[in-house]
Amino acid sequence: MPKANVTFEKLGITISVPAGTRLIEISEKVGASITYGCREGECGSCIMKISSGMEHMSERSVLEDKVLQENMAGRSDRLACQAQVLGGDITVKA
Amino acid sequence: MKRAPDAVEIAPGTHWIGALDPGLREFDIILKTANGTTYNSYCVRGTNGVAVIDTVKLSHADEFFGRLEQVARYNEISTIVLNHLEPDHSGALPELMRRAPQAKLYISAKAQLMLKALVKSTDLQFNIVKTGDSVDLGGRTLRFFSTPFLHWPDTQCTLVAEQGILFSGDVFGCHFCDDRLFNDRVGDFRFSFEYYYQHIMRPFREHVLDALELLEPLPLKLIAPAHGPILREAPLSYMQRYRQLASPLLHNEVGANDRSLLVFYISSYGNTARMAQAVAEGAETIPGVRVSLYDLQAGGDLPFVDLIEEADGIAFGSPTINGDAVKPVWDLLSSLAMIKVSDKLGAAFGSYGWSGEAINMIEDRLRGLKLRVPVKGVRARLIPTDEELDQCRNLGKQLARHLTGNIEKRVISMSELITQEPSHA
Repeated sequence: MPKANVTFEKLGITISVPAGTRLIEISEKVGASITYGCREGECGSCIMKISSGMEHMSERSVLEDKVLQENMAGRSDRLACQAQVLGGDITVKA
Repeated sequence: MKRAPDAVEIAPGTHWIGALDPGLREFDIILKTANGTTYNSYCVRGTNGVAVIDTVKLSHADEFFGRLEQVARYNEISTIVLNHLEPDHSGALPELMRRAPQAKLYISAKAQLMLKALVKSTDLQFNIVKTGDSVDLGGRTLRFFSTPFLHWPDTQCTLVAEQGILFSGDVFGCHFCDDRLFNDRVGDFRFSFEYYYQHIMRPFREHVLDALELLEPLPLKLIAPAHGPILREAPLSYMQRYRQLASPLLHNEVGANDRSLLVFYISSYGNTARMAQAVAEGAETIPGVRVSLYDLQAGGDLPFVDLIEEADGIAFGSPTINGDAVKPVWDLLSSLAMIKVSDKLGAAFGSYGWSGEAINMIEDRLRGLKLRVPVKGVRARLIPTDEELDQCRNLGKQLARHLTGNIEKRVISMSELITQEPSHA
Protein backbone atom coordinates (compact mmCIF):
# COMPACT_ATOMS: atom_id res chain seq x y z
CA MET A 1 0.00 0.00 0.00
CA PRO A 2 1.38 3.47 -0.87
CA LYS A 3 2.64 5.38 2.15
CA ALA A 4 2.95 9.03 3.04
CA ASN A 5 5.17 10.64 5.68
CA VAL A 6 3.47 13.36 7.67
CA THR A 7 5.71 15.52 9.85
CA PHE A 8 4.29 17.61 12.67
CA GLU A 9 6.76 20.48 12.93
CA LYS A 10 6.10 21.60 16.48
CA LEU A 11 5.93 18.08 17.87
CA GLY A 12 9.03 16.93 16.03
CA ILE A 13 7.46 13.67 14.94
CA THR A 14 6.98 12.06 11.56
CA ILE A 15 4.28 9.46 11.06
CA SER A 16 4.34 7.02 8.18
CA VAL A 17 0.72 6.48 7.20
CA PRO A 18 -1.22 4.64 4.48
CA ALA A 19 -2.22 6.79 1.51
CA GLY A 20 -5.77 8.05 1.92
CA THR A 21 -5.50 8.79 5.65
CA ARG A 22 -7.19 12.00 6.72
CA LEU A 23 -5.02 14.51 8.57
CA ILE A 24 -7.35 14.57 11.56
CA GLU A 25 -6.87 10.86 12.14
CA ILE A 26 -3.15 11.45 12.56
CA SER A 27 -3.25 14.76 14.38
CA GLU A 28 -5.51 13.41 17.09
CA LYS A 29 -3.26 10.45 17.73
CA VAL A 30 -0.08 12.46 18.01
CA GLY A 31 -1.52 14.97 20.47
CA ALA A 32 -1.61 17.98 18.17
CA SER A 33 -4.00 20.60 19.41
CA ILE A 34 -6.77 19.87 16.96
CA THR A 35 -9.61 17.81 18.28
CA TYR A 36 -13.12 19.04 18.54
CA GLY A 37 -15.44 20.64 16.03
CA CYS A 38 -18.04 19.23 13.68
CA ARG A 39 -15.60 16.83 11.96
CA GLU A 40 -17.76 17.11 8.87
CA GLY A 41 -16.11 19.99 7.07
CA GLU A 42 -18.56 22.67 8.10
CA CYS A 43 -17.28 24.56 11.12
CA GLY A 44 -13.73 25.31 10.00
CA SER A 45 -12.29 24.75 13.49
CA CYS A 46 -9.74 22.21 12.27
CA ILE A 47 -8.03 24.49 9.73
CA MET A 48 -4.40 23.40 9.54
CA LYS A 49 -1.46 24.98 7.75
CA ILE A 50 0.55 22.80 5.39
CA SER A 51 4.20 23.89 5.40
CA SER A 52 5.20 21.70 2.49
CA GLY A 53 3.94 18.84 0.38
CA MET A 54 0.57 20.29 -0.61
CA GLU A 55 1.00 18.49 -3.94
CA HIS A 56 0.70 15.23 -2.03
CA MET A 57 -2.66 16.16 -0.55
CA SER A 58 -6.08 15.33 -1.97
CA GLU A 59 -7.79 18.06 -4.01
CA ARG A 60 -10.09 20.34 -2.09
CA SER A 61 -13.69 19.19 -2.33
CA VAL A 62 -16.37 21.76 -3.15
CA LEU A 63 -17.39 21.75 0.51
CA GLU A 64 -13.86 22.17 1.82
CA ASP A 65 -13.16 24.91 -0.68
CA LYS A 66 -16.29 26.78 0.36
CA VAL A 67 -15.54 26.55 4.09
CA LEU A 68 -11.91 27.60 3.58
CA GLN A 69 -13.00 30.59 1.53
CA GLU A 70 -15.60 31.59 4.12
CA ASN A 71 -12.88 31.50 6.74
CA MET A 72 -10.55 33.52 4.52
CA ALA A 73 -8.00 30.72 4.69
CA GLY A 74 -4.81 30.96 2.68
CA ARG A 75 -3.59 28.65 -0.06
CA SER A 76 -1.57 26.62 2.41
CA ASP A 77 -4.55 25.94 4.67
CA ARG A 78 -6.61 22.76 4.70
CA LEU A 79 -9.37 21.29 6.82
CA ALA A 80 -7.80 18.44 8.77
CA CYS A 81 -11.10 16.55 8.81
CA GLN A 82 -11.36 16.62 5.01
CA ALA A 83 -7.84 16.60 3.58
CA GLN A 84 -6.29 13.22 2.84
CA VAL A 85 -2.61 12.47 2.38
CA LEU A 86 -1.88 10.66 -0.89
CA GLY A 87 1.84 9.93 -0.64
CA GLY A 88 5.25 11.57 -0.42
CA ASP A 89 6.41 13.89 2.36
CA ILE A 90 4.08 16.38 3.96
CA THR A 91 4.89 18.81 6.77
CA VAL A 92 2.22 20.53 8.83
CA LYS A 93 2.46 23.39 11.31
CA ALA A 94 1.28 21.64 14.44
CA MET B 1 -34.41 56.50 37.32
CA LYS B 2 -36.85 58.42 35.16
CA ARG B 3 -38.73 57.10 32.17
CA ALA B 4 -36.59 55.80 29.33
CA PRO B 5 -35.52 58.66 27.08
CA ASP B 6 -36.64 59.22 23.53
CA ALA B 7 -34.02 59.15 20.80
CA VAL B 8 -31.05 61.07 22.16
CA GLU B 9 -28.84 63.27 20.03
CA ILE B 10 -25.21 62.40 20.78
CA ALA B 11 -23.77 64.78 18.14
CA PRO B 12 -25.41 66.98 15.49
CA GLY B 13 -27.58 64.72 13.33
CA THR B 14 -26.45 61.56 15.12
CA HIS B 15 -28.80 59.88 17.60
CA TRP B 16 -28.87 57.01 20.04
CA ILE B 17 -31.92 54.91 19.14
CA GLY B 18 -31.20 51.80 21.23
CA ALA B 19 -33.17 49.98 23.90
CA LEU B 20 -32.93 49.64 27.66
CA ASP B 21 -33.20 46.28 29.40
CA PRO B 22 -33.03 47.15 33.10
CA GLY B 23 -34.57 43.87 34.27
CA LEU B 24 -31.94 41.57 32.78
CA ARG B 25 -29.93 39.79 35.48
CA GLU B 26 -27.91 37.32 33.46
CA PHE B 27 -26.57 37.77 29.95
CA ASP B 28 -25.82 34.79 27.71
CA ILE B 29 -25.63 32.49 30.74
CA ILE B 30 -22.08 33.56 31.58
CA LEU B 31 -22.46 37.18 32.71
CA LYS B 32 -24.20 38.64 35.73
CA THR B 33 -25.92 41.95 35.01
CA ALA B 34 -26.68 43.61 38.33
CA ASN B 35 -28.70 46.44 36.83
CA GLY B 36 -29.47 45.13 33.38
CA THR B 37 -27.99 46.23 30.08
CA THR B 38 -28.63 48.38 27.05
CA TYR B 39 -28.65 47.45 23.39
CA ASN B 40 -27.26 50.55 21.76
CA SER B 41 -27.97 51.40 18.19
CA TYR B 42 -27.48 54.66 16.44
CA CYS B 43 -28.76 56.73 13.53
CA VAL B 44 -26.48 58.99 11.49
CA ARG B 45 -28.00 61.58 9.15
CA GLY B 46 -26.09 62.89 6.15
CA THR B 47 -27.31 65.13 3.35
CA ASN B 48 -27.56 62.19 0.96
CA GLY B 49 -28.71 59.43 3.24
CA VAL B 50 -29.39 58.06 6.68
CA ALA B 51 -27.50 55.19 8.27
CA VAL B 52 -28.57 52.88 11.06
CA ILE B 53 -25.68 51.41 13.02
CA ASP B 54 -26.57 48.09 14.68
CA THR B 55 -30.00 47.06 15.89
CA VAL B 56 -31.23 45.50 19.15
CA LYS B 57 -32.35 42.21 20.64
CA LEU B 58 -35.60 41.04 19.06
CA SER B 59 -37.51 41.34 22.33
CA HIS B 60 -36.74 45.08 22.35
CA ALA B 61 -37.42 45.78 18.67
CA ASP B 62 -40.51 47.92 19.32
CA GLU B 63 -38.50 50.28 21.50
CA PHE B 64 -35.83 50.54 18.82
CA PHE B 65 -38.26 51.17 15.96
CA GLY B 66 -40.11 53.73 18.08
CA ARG B 67 -36.93 55.74 18.56
CA LEU B 68 -35.81 55.30 14.97
CA GLU B 69 -39.14 56.67 13.74
CA GLN B 70 -38.57 59.81 15.84
CA VAL B 71 -35.49 60.72 13.82
CA ALA B 72 -35.90 59.18 10.34
CA ARG B 73 -38.42 57.85 7.85
CA TYR B 74 -37.84 54.32 6.63
CA ASN B 75 -37.58 55.46 3.01
CA GLU B 76 -34.71 57.77 3.97
CA ILE B 77 -32.55 54.94 5.28
CA SER B 78 -29.83 54.28 2.73
CA THR B 79 -27.38 52.34 4.88
CA ILE B 80 -27.45 49.71 7.59
CA VAL B 81 -24.21 48.77 9.31
CA LEU B 82 -23.90 45.78 11.57
CA ASN B 83 -20.66 45.84 13.50
CA HIS B 84 -21.40 42.48 15.10
CA LEU B 85 -24.01 39.85 14.27
CA GLU B 86 -24.73 38.46 17.72
CA PRO B 87 -28.53 38.28 18.21
CA ASP B 88 -28.61 41.10 20.76
CA HIS B 89 -27.46 43.43 17.97
CA SER B 90 -29.01 41.81 14.93
CA GLY B 91 -32.39 40.77 16.37
CA ALA B 92 -34.33 43.60 14.74
CA LEU B 93 -32.38 43.45 11.46
CA PRO B 94 -34.81 41.31 9.41
CA GLU B 95 -37.71 43.63 10.26
CA LEU B 96 -35.61 46.73 9.60
CA MET B 97 -34.65 45.35 6.18
CA ARG B 98 -38.31 44.65 5.49
CA ARG B 99 -39.29 48.21 6.43
CA ALA B 100 -36.37 49.82 4.58
CA PRO B 101 -35.85 47.49 1.60
CA GLN B 102 -33.80 50.07 -0.30
CA ALA B 103 -31.13 50.24 2.40
CA LYS B 104 -27.75 48.66 1.68
CA LEU B 105 -26.36 46.42 4.39
CA TYR B 106 -22.65 46.63 5.29
CA ILE B 107 -20.96 43.85 7.25
CA SER B 108 -17.51 42.30 7.62
CA ALA B 109 -16.52 39.30 5.52
CA LYS B 110 -16.67 36.97 8.50
CA ALA B 111 -20.20 38.13 9.28
CA GLN B 112 -21.62 36.48 6.15
CA LEU B 113 -21.99 33.08 7.77
CA MET B 114 -23.84 34.45 10.74
CA LEU B 115 -26.01 36.70 8.60
CA LYS B 116 -27.16 33.76 6.50
CA ALA B 117 -27.92 31.80 9.65
CA LEU B 118 -29.88 34.66 11.16
CA VAL B 119 -31.77 35.94 8.12
CA LYS B 120 -33.21 32.93 6.35
CA SER B 121 -33.53 34.49 2.94
CA THR B 122 -32.34 33.17 -0.39
CA ASP B 123 -31.86 36.58 -2.01
CA LEU B 124 -29.99 38.29 0.78
CA GLN B 125 -28.07 41.34 -0.48
CA PHE B 126 -25.14 42.74 1.46
CA ASN B 127 -21.82 44.50 1.02
CA ILE B 128 -18.59 43.28 2.55
CA VAL B 129 -16.36 45.99 4.04
CA LYS B 130 -12.91 46.07 5.60
CA THR B 131 -10.42 48.57 6.96
CA GLY B 132 -10.08 51.44 4.48
CA ASP B 133 -13.59 51.12 3.05
CA SER B 134 -16.09 53.91 3.55
CA VAL B 135 -19.64 55.00 2.78
CA ASP B 136 -20.48 58.63 2.00
CA LEU B 137 -23.78 59.81 3.47
CA GLY B 138 -23.20 63.41 2.36
CA GLY B 139 -21.23 65.41 4.91
CA ARG B 140 -20.96 62.28 7.03
CA THR B 141 -18.52 59.55 6.08
CA LEU B 142 -18.66 56.12 7.64
CA ARG B 143 -15.22 54.55 7.76
CA PHE B 144 -14.85 50.88 8.60
CA PHE B 145 -12.18 49.20 10.69
CA SER B 146 -11.78 45.43 10.78
CA THR B 147 -11.32 44.40 14.41
CA PRO B 148 -11.91 40.64 14.33
CA PHE B 149 -12.35 38.46 17.42
CA LEU B 150 -13.60 41.24 19.65
CA HIS B 151 -15.27 39.00 20.61
CA TRP B 152 -16.52 37.14 17.55
CA PRO B 153 -14.72 36.61 14.24
CA ASP B 154 -17.09 39.09 12.59
CA THR B 155 -16.56 42.18 14.74
CA GLN B 156 -15.73 45.56 13.26
CA CYS B 157 -15.87 49.24 14.25
CA THR B 158 -17.35 52.15 12.31
CA LEU B 159 -16.17 55.74 12.52
CA VAL B 160 -18.11 58.88 11.61
CA ALA B 161 -15.04 60.67 10.35
CA GLU B 162 -16.37 64.25 10.49
CA GLN B 163 -17.63 63.89 14.07
CA GLY B 164 -14.92 61.70 15.58
CA ILE B 165 -17.54 59.18 16.72
CA LEU B 166 -16.53 55.55 16.93
CA PHE B 167 -19.31 52.99 16.90
CA SER B 168 -17.28 50.29 18.53
CA GLY B 169 -19.65 47.34 18.83
CA ASP B 170 -18.98 45.31 21.96
CA VAL B 171 -15.50 46.78 22.39
CA PHE B 172 -15.41 49.37 25.20
CA GLY B 173 -18.93 48.33 26.11
CA CYS B 174 -20.37 46.88 29.29
CA HIS B 175 -23.60 45.60 30.73
CA PHE B 176 -24.88 48.60 32.63
CA CYS B 177 -28.30 50.11 32.23
CA ASP B 178 -28.83 53.76 33.05
CA ASP B 179 -31.15 56.02 31.09
CA ARG B 180 -28.81 58.95 31.58
CA LEU B 181 -26.77 57.21 28.85
CA PHE B 182 -23.53 59.22 28.96
CA ASN B 183 -20.53 58.20 31.01
CA ASP B 184 -20.33 61.59 32.71
CA ARG B 185 -23.94 61.32 33.91
CA VAL B 186 -24.62 57.64 34.71
CA GLY B 187 -23.87 55.86 37.98
CA ASP B 188 -20.52 54.28 38.73
CA PHE B 189 -20.03 51.67 36.03
CA ARG B 190 -16.31 50.98 36.49
CA PHE B 191 -16.93 47.50 37.85
CA SER B 192 -19.15 46.65 34.88
CA PHE B 193 -16.56 47.90 32.41
CA GLU B 194 -13.80 45.78 33.94
CA TYR B 195 -16.06 42.76 34.41
CA TYR B 196 -17.12 42.90 30.79
CA TYR B 197 -13.53 43.04 29.58
CA GLN B 198 -12.51 40.12 31.80
CA HIS B 199 -15.33 37.88 30.62
CA ILE B 200 -15.76 38.89 27.01
CA MET B 201 -12.54 40.35 25.66
CA ARG B 202 -9.83 38.73 27.75
CA PRO B 203 -9.58 35.46 25.79
CA PHE B 204 -8.80 37.62 22.74
CA ARG B 205 -6.25 39.97 24.20
CA GLU B 206 -3.87 39.64 21.27
CA HIS B 207 -6.68 40.79 19.03
CA VAL B 208 -7.47 43.61 21.47
CA LEU B 209 -3.91 44.86 21.07
CA ASP B 210 -4.16 44.61 17.26
CA ALA B 211 -7.39 46.61 17.34
CA LEU B 212 -5.88 49.26 19.59
CA GLU B 213 -3.07 49.78 17.09
CA LEU B 214 -5.77 50.57 14.56
CA LEU B 215 -8.04 52.67 16.76
CA GLU B 216 -5.70 54.61 19.03
CA PRO B 217 -4.43 56.97 16.30
CA LEU B 218 -7.98 58.06 15.41
CA PRO B 219 -9.04 61.58 16.41
CA LEU B 220 -11.92 60.43 18.58
CA LYS B 221 -14.33 62.68 20.43
CA LEU B 222 -16.78 60.02 21.48
CA ILE B 223 -16.97 56.23 21.69
CA ALA B 224 -20.43 54.80 21.20
CA PRO B 225 -20.38 51.12 22.14
CA ALA B 226 -23.17 48.61 21.60
CA HIS B 227 -23.76 48.08 25.33
CA GLY B 228 -23.64 50.41 28.31
CA PRO B 229 -22.73 54.07 28.66
CA ILE B 230 -21.74 56.25 25.73
CA LEU B 231 -18.20 57.43 26.39
CA ARG B 232 -18.03 61.16 25.67
CA GLU B 233 -15.99 62.26 28.70
CA ALA B 234 -12.32 61.28 28.26
CA PRO B 235 -13.08 58.53 25.71
CA LEU B 236 -9.40 57.80 25.15
CA SER B 237 -8.97 56.84 28.80
CA TYR B 238 -11.12 53.77 28.10
CA MET B 239 -8.80 52.79 25.27
CA GLN B 240 -5.85 53.26 27.58
CA ARG B 241 -7.54 51.05 30.15
CA TYR B 242 -8.03 48.37 27.49
CA ARG B 243 -4.35 48.53 26.69
CA GLN B 244 -3.51 48.07 30.36
CA LEU B 245 -5.92 45.16 30.69
CA ALA B 246 -4.63 43.47 27.53
CA SER B 247 -1.01 43.76 28.58
CA PRO B 248 0.48 40.95 30.67
CA LEU B 249 -0.97 41.04 34.16
CA LEU B 250 2.04 39.76 36.00
CA HIS B 251 5.59 40.86 36.12
CA ASN B 252 7.10 37.81 34.54
CA GLU B 253 10.58 37.12 35.78
CA VAL B 254 11.19 34.36 33.30
CA GLY B 255 13.87 35.55 30.91
CA ALA B 256 12.85 36.61 27.44
CA ASN B 257 14.21 33.41 25.95
CA ASP B 258 13.14 31.16 28.80
CA ARG B 259 9.98 29.10 28.88
CA SER B 260 7.68 28.80 31.84
CA LEU B 261 6.21 25.49 33.00
CA LEU B 262 3.61 25.37 35.78
CA VAL B 263 3.02 22.10 37.60
CA PHE B 264 -0.28 21.95 39.49
CA TYR B 265 -1.19 19.07 41.74
CA ILE B 266 -3.59 17.97 44.40
CA SER B 267 -2.88 15.01 46.62
CA SER B 268 -4.72 13.05 49.32
CA TYR B 269 -1.86 11.00 50.72
CA GLY B 270 1.15 12.73 49.25
CA ASN B 271 1.59 10.32 46.32
CA THR B 272 0.54 12.67 43.53
CA ALA B 273 2.50 15.40 45.32
CA ARG B 274 5.68 13.29 45.07
CA MET B 275 5.00 12.71 41.41
CA ALA B 276 4.56 16.47 40.91
CA GLN B 277 7.87 17.10 42.60
CA ALA B 278 9.53 14.58 40.28
CA VAL B 279 7.95 16.16 37.16
CA ALA B 280 9.28 19.55 38.30
CA GLU B 281 12.75 18.10 39.06
CA GLY B 282 12.94 16.56 35.62
CA ALA B 283 11.89 19.73 33.85
CA GLU B 284 14.41 21.81 35.78
CA THR B 285 17.28 19.78 34.37
CA ILE B 286 16.65 21.31 30.96
CA PRO B 287 18.23 24.75 30.55
CA GLY B 288 15.88 27.52 29.51
CA VAL B 289 12.84 26.32 31.45
CA ARG B 290 11.57 27.93 34.63
CA VAL B 291 9.41 25.55 36.64
CA SER B 292 6.81 26.48 39.27
CA LEU B 293 5.01 24.02 41.52
CA TYR B 294 1.58 24.73 43.01
CA ASP B 295 -0.74 22.81 45.32
CA LEU B 296 -4.27 23.36 43.99
CA GLN B 297 -5.69 23.00 47.49
CA ALA B 298 -3.93 26.12 48.64
CA GLY B 299 -4.70 28.50 45.80
CA GLY B 300 -7.64 30.11 44.10
CA ASP B 301 -8.75 29.56 40.55
CA LEU B 302 -8.42 33.19 39.51
CA PRO B 303 -4.78 33.70 40.53
CA PHE B 304 -3.95 30.40 38.84
CA VAL B 305 -5.78 31.49 35.70
CA ASP B 306 -3.61 34.63 35.69
CA LEU B 307 -0.48 32.46 36.01
CA ILE B 308 -1.56 30.09 33.26
CA GLU B 309 -2.26 32.97 30.90
CA GLU B 310 1.44 33.86 31.01
CA ALA B 311 2.83 30.31 31.03
CA ASP B 312 4.09 28.25 28.10
CA GLY B 313 3.25 24.84 29.53
CA ILE B 314 0.99 23.42 32.24
CA ALA B 315 0.95 20.00 33.87
CA PHE B 316 -1.82 18.73 36.13
CA GLY B 317 -1.46 16.06 38.77
CA SER B 318 -4.65 14.54 40.11
CA PRO B 319 -5.55 11.40 41.99
CA THR B 320 -8.37 9.35 40.55
CA ILE B 321 -11.32 9.24 42.92
CA ASN B 322 -14.49 7.42 41.87
CA GLY B 323 -13.18 7.14 38.34
CA ASP B 324 -12.63 10.84 37.87
CA ALA B 325 -10.16 13.65 38.38
CA VAL B 326 -11.01 15.64 41.48
CA LYS B 327 -13.16 18.77 41.54
CA PRO B 328 -10.44 21.40 42.17
CA VAL B 329 -8.76 20.21 38.95
CA TRP B 330 -11.99 20.50 36.96
CA ASP B 331 -12.76 23.87 38.56
CA LEU B 332 -9.47 25.28 37.32
CA LEU B 333 -9.72 23.60 33.91
CA SER B 334 -13.22 24.98 33.41
CA SER B 335 -11.95 28.46 34.25
CA LEU B 336 -9.48 28.45 31.38
CA ALA B 337 -12.12 29.44 28.82
CA MET B 338 -11.61 33.05 29.94
CA ILE B 339 -8.01 33.17 28.67
CA LYS B 340 -6.16 32.12 25.56
CA VAL B 341 -4.49 28.77 26.15
CA SER B 342 -4.36 27.30 22.66
CA ASP B 343 -0.91 26.18 21.58
CA LYS B 344 0.42 25.93 25.11
CA LEU B 345 1.78 22.54 26.10
CA GLY B 346 -0.18 20.35 28.48
CA ALA B 347 0.38 17.15 30.43
CA ALA B 348 -1.21 15.07 33.19
CA PHE B 349 -0.10 12.62 35.83
CA GLY B 350 -1.37 11.17 39.09
CA SER B 351 -1.67 8.38 41.58
CA TYR B 352 -4.70 6.11 41.71
CA GLY B 353 -6.12 3.17 43.63
CA TRP B 354 -8.08 1.06 41.21
CA SER B 355 -8.45 2.48 37.74
CA GLY B 356 -6.64 5.78 37.12
CA GLU B 357 -8.99 7.43 34.63
CA ALA B 358 -8.12 10.96 35.73
CA ILE B 359 -5.02 11.24 33.55
CA ASN B 360 -6.73 10.53 30.25
CA MET B 361 -9.68 12.70 31.21
CA ILE B 362 -7.44 15.67 31.97
CA GLU B 363 -5.51 15.13 28.75
CA ASP B 364 -8.78 15.10 26.78
CA ARG B 365 -9.83 18.36 28.37
CA LEU B 366 -6.44 19.93 27.59
CA ARG B 367 -6.71 18.88 23.95
CA GLY B 368 -10.25 20.21 23.90
CA LEU B 369 -8.81 23.56 24.94
CA LYS B 370 -6.47 23.20 21.94
CA LEU B 371 -3.34 22.63 23.97
CA ARG B 372 -0.76 20.27 22.58
CA VAL B 373 -0.34 17.16 24.70
CA PRO B 374 2.80 15.64 23.22
CA VAL B 375 3.99 13.43 26.08
CA LYS B 376 2.15 10.49 27.54
CA GLY B 377 1.02 11.09 31.11
CA VAL B 378 2.27 8.98 34.02
CA ARG B 379 0.00 6.94 36.27
CA ALA B 380 1.12 5.25 39.47
CA ARG B 381 -0.90 2.88 41.59
CA LEU B 382 -0.98 4.33 45.11
CA ILE B 383 2.63 4.93 46.23
CA PRO B 384 4.83 5.66 43.22
CA THR B 385 7.85 3.39 42.85
CA ASP B 386 11.31 4.76 42.12
CA GLU B 387 10.79 3.66 38.53
CA GLU B 388 7.50 5.54 38.32
CA LEU B 389 9.09 8.62 39.82
CA ASP B 390 11.77 8.34 37.14
CA GLN B 391 8.97 8.24 34.56
CA CYS B 392 7.65 11.46 36.11
CA ARG B 393 11.10 13.05 35.85
CA ASN B 394 11.21 11.96 32.25
CA LEU B 395 7.77 13.46 31.64
CA GLY B 396 9.08 16.75 33.01
CA LYS B 397 12.21 16.51 30.86
CA GLN B 398 10.27 15.74 27.71
CA LEU B 399 7.85 18.57 28.33
CA ALA B 400 10.75 20.94 28.92
CA ARG B 401 12.41 19.77 25.70
CA HIS B 402 9.22 20.44 23.77
CA LEU B 403 8.99 23.86 25.39
CA THR B 404 12.52 24.77 24.37
CA GLY B 405 12.22 23.23 20.91
CA ASN B 406 14.96 20.79 21.89
CA ILE B 407 13.11 17.65 20.89
CA GLU B 408 14.39 14.42 19.49
CA LYS B 409 12.87 14.06 16.06
CA ARG B 410 11.26 10.66 15.63
CA VAL B 411 9.71 8.67 12.83
CA ILE B 412 7.06 6.09 13.64
CA SER B 413 4.38 4.25 11.72
CA MET B 414 0.65 4.77 12.02
CA SER B 415 0.24 1.26 13.40
CA GLU B 416 2.78 2.00 16.14
CA LEU B 417 0.94 5.22 16.88
CA ILE B 418 -2.39 3.43 17.15
CA THR B 419 -1.09 0.77 19.49
CA GLN B 420 0.00 3.48 21.90
CA GLU B 421 -2.60 5.16 24.06
CA PRO B 422 -4.52 7.92 22.31
CA SER B 423 -2.62 11.07 21.54
CA HIS B 424 0.76 10.07 22.89
CA ALA B 425 3.33 9.72 20.22
